[in-house]
Amino acid sequence: MPNSARTPGVAPGRLPRETIDGHFSDLHPEFSRHEAAIEAERCYFCYDAPCIDACPTGIDIPLFIRQIAAGSPDAAAMTIFDSNILGGMCARVCPTETLCEEACVRNDAEGKPVEIGRLQRYATDALMATGEHPYERQPPTGRRIAVVGSGPAGLACAHRLAMKGHDVVVFESRDKPGGLNEHGIAAYKTVEKFAEREIEWLTAIGGITIEFGRSLGSDLVLEDLTRTFDAVFLGVGLAGANALGIGGEDLANVESAVDFISRLRQSEDLTELPVGRDVVVVGGGMTAIDAAVQSRLLGADSATIVYRRERERMGASEYERNLAASKGVKIETNARPLEIQGGRRVRDIRFERTRTGADGIESTGETFRIDADQVFVAVGQKLAIEASLVEFERGKIKVGEAGRTCHPRIWAGGDCASEGDDLTVTAVAQGRDAAEDIHKSLA
Amino acid sequence: MASLNSEFLGIKSPNPFWLASAPPTDKEYNVRRAFQAGWGGAVWKTLGFDPHIVNVNGPRYGAVWTGDRKLLGLNNIELITDRPLQTNLDEIKIIKREFPDRALLVSLMVPCEEAPWKKILGRVEETEADGVELNFGCPHGMSERGMGSAVGQVPEYIEMVARWVKSNTRMPVLVKLTPNITDIRFPARAAKAGGGDGVSLINTVSSITGVNLDTFSPEPTIDGKGTHGGYCGPAIKPIALNMVAEIARDPETAGFPLSAIGGITTWRDAAEFIALGAGNVQICTAAMTFGFRIIHELTEGLRLWMEEKGIDAIDDFRGRAVPNVLDWQYLNLNYVTKARIDQDLCIKCGRCFAVCEDTSHQAIRINPGREFEVIDEECVACNLCVNVCPVENCITMAELQPGEIDARTGRVVEKEYSNWTQHPNNPAACAAE
Ligand SMILES: Cc1cc2nc3c(=O)[nH]c(=O)nc-3n(C[C@H](O)[C@H](O)[C@H](O)COP(=O)(O)OP(=O)(O)OC[C@H]3O[C@@H](n4cnc5c(N)ncnc54)[C@H](O)[C@@H]3O)c2cc1C
Ligand SMILES: Cc1cc2nc3c(=O)[nH]c(=O)nc-3n(C[C@H](O)[C@H](O)[C@H](O)COP(=O)(O)O)c2cc1C
Ligand code: SF4
Repeated sequence: MPNSARTPGVAPGRLPRETIDGHFSDLHPEFSRHEAAIEAERCYFCYDAPCIDACPTGIDIPLFIRQIAAGSPDAAAMTIFDSNILGGMCARVCPTETLCEEACVRNDAEGKPVEIGRLQRYATDALMATGEHPYERQPPTGRRIAVVGSGPAGLACAHRLAMKGHDVVVFESRDKPGGLNEHGIAAYKTVEKFAEREIEWLTAIGGITIEFGRSLGSDLVLEDLTRTFDAVFLGVGLAGANALGIGGEDLANVESAVDFISRLRQSEDLTELPVGRDVVVVGGGMTAIDAAVQSRLLGADSATIVYRRERERMGASEYERNLAASKGVKIETNARPLEIQGGRRVRDIRFERTRTGADGIESTGETFRIDADQVFVAVGQKLAIEASLVEFERGKIKVGEAGRTCHPRIWAGGDCASEGDDLTVTAVAQGRDAAEDIHKSLA
Repeated sequence: MASLNSEFLGIKSPNPFWLASAPPTDKEYNVRRAFQAGWGGAVWKTLGFDPHIVNVNGPRYGAVWTGDRKLLGLNNIELITDRPLQTNLDEIKIIKREFPDRALLVSLMVPCEEAPWKKILGRVEETEADGVELNFGCPHGMSERGMGSAVGQVPEYIEMVARWVKSNTRMPVLVKLTPNITDIRFPARAAKAGGGDGVSLINTVSSITGVNLDTFSPEPTIDGKGTHGGYCGPAIKPIALNMVAEIARDPETAGFPLSAIGGITTWRDAAEFIALGAGNVQICTAAMTFGFRIIHELTEGLRLWMEEKGIDAIDDFRGRAVPNVLDWQYLNLNYVTKARIDQDLCIKCGRCFAVCEDTSHQAIRINPGREFEVIDEECVACNLCVNVCPVENCITMAELQPGEIDARTGRVVEKEYSNWTQHPNNPAACAAE
């Protein structure tokens, strides 16, 4: 008998294949030419446009939209890529509702911003579909730069450096490039192996070698890198997951949400991916939302996010919260876990009610339980490397302007750096800016 | 209740909305549908002699759109009717019998000699149509054969043909004018001098709508080549309004019956033309864009507006705007306004700033928080910011009252009207000092 939503425990194939395929199709399907033309027409070409400021990579948004309106999506794409070489991924994953689109003056005009993200995707997809890489490298400089980590920060940095004529070696601990583009982003935001295709396209500029299974801290030492390369960029992200620090975390079917998502992203057949009947996710950010939503999409009977503070303080945007609600995810706020209970496997979690008081979170004394066949912990990631040459600040690599660390030949950017903010687009901006700074320092 | 009843050249129709001579009035089927939908009248697609002309067999129309494909202007290289004369005449007769309360005129275009005109008029009279319209307007195809705008561009010919027509028929005669001329008053005067009963205008404006950048051929393209066509639709309304106004305020033609045509799309456009002196209006492109059902918006919109204004009949507001159209030199130079930006309505796009700063008078400043403010010392009240602002009524022009100081000139605003003819900078000023 096939499994269903109510099958106890953790089981694969809770939904028919067609349903799962439908659930994991594109969240925002690509604009047709007609839709793009109409939407592009809505842009007012604002003076000193607020959307540009709101984009961490500072794309000239009114210009690229005007280029779409004028019927040259390829030119529009170049405007985007000039600022953000991962413009294709950002178009899919940026929480535009809190970035460019939040700043759109059309919000004031009629409560509906220009759909900048989808227009960006329209343009970048058009150019990428030609299969040709649009940039040429400047004459070789003979300089070699090591980039550690092939997430968006590392890739943006590597591309910009390659463009300037430098040779780049990217060291990646996993056996696949992309970082969280490949392992973290929700599957329905980047369908049809987009992350993989984008990297193929990006590295086609030449001058970028990626070495897999090379891990800083085990077979790579920062000191060696600074000696053998002219500069080093660290874009290692946050590879460690924070734990709850409560009893029962070691029970079976309790794991970090990022591990579950990574497994999901790498799964070739989602009907074979097991998921719990009653899933509980502890946390309040984008990762918690993605874990809960994707559990539901796989067929979990219930998925509950439990967050310790008030709803408005969740890291996930209102748009993301509404998306979760629309997929049947329940969001329980003002509660923190006391203990994960069960035998060998998790059975339920005991929570206590909280409220925000003068000194932060306080207990109300009230407790309650939620049944759980599977528990995902999504209370943040942490830096998983230790290095002697750089300084740390609040658990991240301390950087100043353009990602400079205290070491003159080491830069850092993205989630691992003190200026990172857990957004793909910020990682791209910081990787790019560090590359420019490295280039200047090598001149 | 306000009445839309119309009487123009003695021809009655239940409303002042006629279909202009064009594809919508090309045959019995279309005109029946139009009259069933409620149109007040129609001018039949222009007739000529057999052997009837032929049209191209590729695209006849080109267009200009906004980004979301709203049609701004249409262009055509269609000729007059391409069906046998007798077929048209038979159908006209059927339609007139079927809809006796509607106005039905017949547009005509024959060679520039008296005999052909005489001949065709006799045959049109047999249809019992209400009148004829002389097509001196088409700017393409027929003009190269010495007809259409080739006649309309020579006032002497207009007068001559109008006279032939009047002396060969008892039907009312409307003379349709081409806008492809420098001063529209001359053809209008000629139509009157020739005994025409009124003028209708405008016919289409000579145009090429675009160039195909792959084939390097003009649009619409026929086998890689193109030719100029006639432009119509919303884009030509301002041209038509001006020409109508010119005729209405010309002492020689003031009060001469005028049927307005050109870009009329909503009831509002129609009301504007009537306010500038038109006795009724004719419509082509709006019908060709949306179909005949727009007639309900046209009639009900006009009726409602008339009721709001307390106007009982079309003739009661006809020409009301004419006295307000002046030559530039008589405009009041003591009238001073300043742009005002309503901060509550402002959406902070900054377009007003961009255009004033780059292309006008640097009269808008950006305060902290993207607040845009007009600098009265610099504002010349050109209206550009109003025109580019995406929010209606967000930027308006505030009048300075007499006694107030214009911060730009430092001068006190005067109460008295004063124009260029009296201005000290005018070498020819006849100042009453
Ligand atoms: C579940 C989830 C969903 C998310 N969804 C979104 C979203 O929708 N939109 C959005 O904007 N952001 C989202 N984010 C955040 C976003 O993915 C990150 O901010 C972004 O990927 C950071 O890029 P990065 O290059 O700094 O690090 P990463 O993407 O983490 O890449 C780091 C790379 O370095 C490698 N690495 C790590 N340690 C070593 C080492 N010691 N030696 C060598 N290589 C190493 C890793 O394998 C990885 O490939 C999400 C994050 C998560 C976890
Ligand atoms: C396809 C087409 C064919 C036309 N044919 C004629 C014609 O045969 N005779 C004529 O007098 N005007 C003709 N016209 C001009 C219209 O009658 C009218 O004067 C002009 O289109 C302007 O009005 P509008 O802006 O409402 O379309 C034609 C217009 C179009 C679009
Ligand atoms: S009216 Fe003209 S000069 Fe005055 S603020 Fe507007 S654009 Fe500038």
